[in-house]
Amino acid sequence: MKYISEFREKNLVNRLSGRIAKVASKIKREIRLMEVCGTHAMAILRYGIKELLPPWIKLISGPGCPVCVTPNQYIDEACTYAKEGFLVTTFGDMMRVPGSRSSLVQEKAKGGKIKVVYSTMEALEIAELHPQEKVVFLGVGFETTAPTVATSLILAKKKKITNYMILSGHKLIPPAMEALLEEGEVKIDGFLCPGHVSAITGSQVYDFIARKFGVPCVVAGFEPVDILQGIYLLLCQIAKSEAKVENEYDRVVKPEGNLKARSLMEEVFRVEPSIWRGMGVIDKSGLEIRKEYSQHDVRARYPVKVTSSNNKKGCRCGEILKGVIEPPDCPLFGDVCNPSRPLGPCMVSIEGTCNIYYRFSSKVKI
Amino acid sequence: MKDVIRLAHGNGGKLSWQLIKEIFLPILSNPHLAPLRDSAIVEVEGKKIAFTTDSYVVKPIFFPGGDIGKLAISGTVNDLTVMGAKPLFISCGLIIEEGFPIPTLKRVITSLQETAKNVGVTVVTGDTKVVEKGSADEIFINTSGIGIVLPEANLDPERIKVGDHILINGSIGEHAIAVLSQRQELGFEVPAKSDCAPLFDLVNEIRSFLTCIKFMRDATRGGVAGVLNEIVQGEDFGIELWEDEIPVREETFAVCELLGLDPLYLANEGKILIFVEKERSLDLLSHLHHHPLGKDTRIIGEVVSEPRGKVYLETTIGTKRILDLLVEDQLPRIC
Repeated sequence: MKYISEFREKNLVNRLSGRIAKVASKIKREIRLMEVCGTHAMAILRYGIKELLPPWIKLISGPGCPVCVTPNQYIDEACTYAKEGFLVTTFGDMMRVPGSRSSLVQEKAKGGKIKVVYSTMEALEIAELHPQEKVVFLGVGFETTAPTVATSLILAKKKKITNYMILSGHKLIPPAMEALLEEGEVKIDGFLCPGHVSAITGSQVYDFIARKFGVPCVVAGFEPVDILQGIYLLLCQIAKSEAKVENEYDRVVKPEGNLKARSLMEEVFRVEPSIWRGMGVIDKSGLEIRKEYSQHDVRARYPVKVTSSNNKKGCRCGEILKGVIEPPDCPLFGDVCNPSRPLGPCMVSIEGTCNIYYRFSSKVKI
Repeated sequence: MKDVIRLAHGNGGKLSWQLIKEIFLPILSNPHLAPLRDSAIVEVEGKKIAFTTDSYVVKPIFFPGGDIGKLAISGTVNDLTVMGAKPLFISCGLIIEEGFPIPTLKRVITSLQETAKNVGVTVVTGDTKVVEKGSADEIFINTSGIGIVLPEANLDPERIKVGDHILINGSIGEHAIAVLSQRQELGFEVPAKSDCAPLFDLVNEIRSFLTCIKFMRDATRGGVAGVLNEIVQGEDFGIELWEDEIPVREETFAVCELLGLDPLYLANEGKILIFVEKERSLDLLSHLHHHPLGKDTRIIGEVVSEPRGKVYLETTIGTKRILDLLVEDQLPRIC
């Protein structure tokens, strides 16, 4: 097994789309399946998966891009730390995300100390090598990134690297899925659950969604065959009016998840309410740093106040993140807002729905 | 922030084209420049001469499979080669940063000379400038090259017709991945080697096909997808590529998956795209297979009538997707 090419095999794909057509023919209404992961969104558009589905089976994108759901407030805080002379370290995709007034790229151009890193360990190393600097790492990401940040904090505490701090913007996916269903603005008939996040959380974490809301959930990987199999399983449940959690990605995801990673997160973070762009405050959806690690919590040690505004004229990222509209429905999409000149976060990040649409979907008929 | 040069202006994508169309072409306007080919073709006393120039700023200057010296010859030789020209003379301009070790300079120039010797070109003139520390990064090289267009060559994008086949002489993306693998911050090792090589010998091998070859381009900056997009722009044909047929080595594929890169957009330094009459493509293919630089040649696509001016990919799973020009470059200073 090479673990990639087998999952892009044409005959298998054809067989699966045949099966999907068969089960879909039993369902006579529009079905909306939501993925909540940028990697799923990208694979769906890159491989033209929508072409393989009957027209009444719709795939919609939810809040699956961590950079995109990060609210203006967070960017404003990060910019403030940069302005006040902190050395801000971040993954590259945060650089161009616009806050209320500025972005990290703009702060850097004005002389702010901002450095793009490729891992949390690199940020920790910078702190260790430059003890005179107050180094802040921008902890943005879902359950997948949080364990690596937790590890860096545990190491920092052990090695007494006290100038290494985190600005935590970590978020949890299942509470956002719950919030979408509770709000009810978008009709969702099934969730294609994210393979990477589930590798950490385990597939059990979605049980309450199936139980409480009667919405089927299938954990799926990121290859075309994975995604089609996930869609097929969801449609089978819908056809039989069932709602349960199934795991298509069992070569990676276990029901209980990655216990080691979960215990690292547990050690360092506590669950708190968190603000999501476009969705407001969602209960129990964010990770803040525990008291035991407060000397690495930049908010606890050096609190800053920011006044943030949420209005970007005409930008509809909030609705796109909730799956209410698709990127081409936004009047700014394409000409005014594009990857060279992004106005909203969904166009900045390569995991953002707008950016993915811009790159991979074309109005040209082929 | 708008009216300044950004890294993306140099990546051969949309912004590079904007510079060419809005600044260079209008100001420098002349008939030799206007076709915007890899080399200009000028006629001197009845002889067709190909003339080209290129600058090399690769970082790091040594990478698996090559170095900035080898690259500076290969790149310029290839720009002449794809015009059907036999490369003859090369100029070499160096911009060196203060503090650059002389033994390293010697290593670079030795590699440059070895490559030149192997392909049969001579470095006949040069220049050296040294700038203060920090004003350049180690060493930048500019080379210009002159070649004589082979009499049988009639390479012109105007000759491309619907049905023509497109060949590439081996697996793609290796130069970009090899250079990338040397950038420390990535923190993992990749067993990749750059494909950096001068290709004149390969083209010389298929000289007898030059009458039925319509057009050639080396797939450097912007990769296969970028270069093919430049070719179809504004034309009344499109290009269909077959993902199944495009050779990508296992390790390139793995790194791309890991980093979210698309091999179709990665730079090559030893790959040539050949447009040929469909009827002769299989013949040409087997000829190319005889040469060490062509043994992995594949027919990767064909010229189609619709959609005009677009390149699209028939994916491994049988769906279709447009391959657009690259907007933002993730990998600056790859060549």
